[in-house]
Amino acid sequence: MCSLTHGCVMPADPTIPLLDVSDLCVSFPAGGRMVPIVEHVSFTLPEAGILGLVGESGSGKSVTAMAIMGLIDTPGVRVSGSVRFRGRELVGLPPRQIRRLRGRDIAMIFQDPMTAFTPVYTIGWQIDEQIRAHERISRTQARARTVRILGEMGVPDPERMARRYPHQLSGGLRQRAMIAMALSCNPTLLIADEPTTALDVTVQAQILDLIRSLRGTYGSSVLLITHDMGVVAQTCDSTLVLYSGRVAETGPSDRVFSHPGHPYTAALLDSIPPLYGPRPDRLPAIAGAPPVPMARPPGCAFGPRCAHVHAACTTTPPALLPLGPDHEAACVLPAEGTPLPPRTAADWPIDTIGDACP
Amino acid sequence: MTALLHRAGQTLLVLFGVSVLVFGVFFATPGADPTARIAGRNASPQIMEKVRHEYGFDRPLPVQYVIMMKKLFITRDLASYANRGERVVPEIMQAAPVTACLVCGAAFIWVTMSIAMGTVAAAMKDTWVDRGLMMLGLVGISIPVFWLGEVANLVTQNRYHDTWLFSWVPGLGYVPFSQSPLGWFRALVIPWTVLAVMFIGIYSRVLRTDLVTLAGEDFIRTAHAKGLSPIRVLLWHGLRTSMVTFVSLFGMDFAQLVGGGALLTEVVFGLPGVGRLTYRALTTLDLPVIMATVMYSAVFVVLANAAVDVIYVFLDPRVRDAS
Ligand SMILES: Nc1ncnc2c1ncn2[C@@H]1O[C@H](COP(=O)(O)OP(=O)(O)OP(=O)(O)O)[C@@H](O)[C@H]1O
Ligand code: SF4
Ligand SMILES: [Mg+2]
Repeated sequence: MCSLTHGCVMPADPTIPLLDVSDLCVSFPAGGRMVPIVEHVSFTLPEAGILGLVGESGSGKSVTAMAIMGLIDTPGVRVSGSVRFRGRELVGLPPRQIRRLRGRDIAMIFQDPMTAFTPVYTIGWQIDEQIRAHERISRTQARARTVRILGEMGVPDPERMARRYPHQLSGGLRQRAMIAMALSCNPTLLIADEPTTALDVTVQAQILDLIRSLRGTYGSSVLLITHDMGVVAQTCDSTLVLYSGRVAETGPSDRVFSHPGHPYTAALLDSIPPLYGPRPDRLPAIAGAPPVPMARPPGCAFGPRCAHVHAACTTTPPALLPLGPDHEAACVLPAEGTPLPPRTAADWPIDTIGDACP
Repeated sequence: MTALLHRAGQTLLVLFGVSVLVFGVFFATPGADPTARIAGRNASPQIMEKVRHEYGFDRPLPVQYVIMMKKLFITRDLASYANRGERVVPEIMQAAPVTACLVCGAAFIWVTMSIAMGTVAAAMKDTWVDRGLMMLGLVGISIPVFWLGEVANLVTQNRYHDTWLFSWVPGLGYVPFSQSPLGWFRALVIPWTVLAVMFIGIYSRVLRTDLVTLAGEDFIRTAHAKGLSPIRVLLWHGLRTSMVTFVSLFGMDFAQLVGGGALLTEVVFGLPGVGRLTYRALTTLDLPVIMATVMYSAVFVVLANAAVDVIYVFLDPRVRDAS
């Protein structure tokens, strides 16, 4: 969506997806060699779409997001592949140019609203700062917009709240303020890295509602990072399951939830907590732990924990195979003619999906 | 406002405690007659009698305490017997501005220099600039101030005094600002630098470490994600947050220096400040002067700490709410 207040990177062309990530690899130097953390990750996000990026802790979700934003500054890091935002390549873009996109066209919100604001400035000051970093407008104009957006994000008495310091706000309000700051320059893409993990359940639901409503009110696309399949079910049109830095499965949410093609996805779906009632902090354990990035097995990374593992799995990492329209999984089972059984509607919260994905 | 009043009350209480402690150490130590100590060595019996009566050493301790505080702060006629009846308090009042000028100037130098060095080092982390600056800081910390002062004197007063570089350096001693601002500056600029060197070393290293640690914080990542320039993130978010630690460190050092901690620098450069006064009193065992300077320094340390707390409240909104 093109806002009137600033020029666009490129006119919105319906044939070009908003975000097109292909073959993204990120490796960090450790112990004298490069350790691949994210390997060959590809996905596209259309205008006004919501994509859920799911995976266990350490699967590389945050690294993927930071790589898209060009925010990884670890010395010696290697980022390869391509990230196209409205057709424009972001990998390798000079820092000055990617900085102009950050906060204005692509905004990011983080897991812990407690620590994500600078403690010594007021909320309003920090939102004003972002607006004024990208647009030539006066302090009063910036503040007026800050107050308006805070109000739209459901912050009560926004004028007074803007004069508050971060520690004076509750976690939920702070996350709303964080989202307000992210939206202050009317970005087309919002990357939300586990935006609800640090919040309690009722507040979680409110924040998710808010994020879901953004595409209607602001036309924003959202890349929603979470380790909670339940959150994906409630929120996202499409799903990408990441396992140990590789794509395990990707596809439209309803397809992935009804016809999981990868045993890991199926295990995740089994672990969705009840729709009502408390949602655990972390995914209920699937037996075993993911391999450390330094020592991934030669074949399928999920092999050591997979109930269906056999000889064909342990030689090379299985490639992504198409299972249906836009639906792919990196598992040998479908090709061998023994796909996983589809799940019945009773197995997963179909109602919520129906709401979220018209 | 109530917080400030609360703080003021606390300060008074601490001052009272300190004065009792100082009094106790000097006059209420059992087994030693304070009369002889005040009167000095080889005093005649008449003088001993006069001192005993004047200070009330024949009366109970609380009365002695009140008399002493009166002599220190109200009538201000505490006299040094070792130094032929010279009044102590006016002497301190004369010395205080010299110390204040010395310490404030040095503080200005070390604060600006260490902020510049620490910030540049943090911005260029792990480059040779960073390593060079931090080595320099380490050298500054390890040089004893007394030795550095002597070397500075040797170079600027003797060996190279006649070269164009140092011919402007005046002889040792102090020139009051009211008498000649330029002379004041010339007399102090070398002592300032010498006193500041160690603190530049400490503060720049502390600041650099603090900034590097902060760089991994969530809010710094947020600031980058907002699209701010790296310099703005470093100065407005990193450095501004570091100032909270910086100021608390500064308060302590500043207070102890004003309270006489600049003794060595004052002695080396012949500056008639509180530190040198203490030094002289210590060498002649002049008890009233020693006690008065100790009391004076304690007052200064406590007051400076209170001032830092007030600055703190302005720097850190979290402290504001907690108090
Ligand atoms: N700057 C870095 N240098 C080296 N290794 C890193 C760096 N950042 C992340 N990693 C490694 O990359 C892996 C993936 O980390 P990442 O933060 O992306 O996980 P995540 O999926 O976001 O997990 P979580 O759910 O805990 O947030 C981890 O093993 C982590 O140790
Ligand atoms: S490839 Fe083999 S080990 Fe990997 S998920 Fe499929 S069946 Fe399991
Ligand atoms: Mg993460």
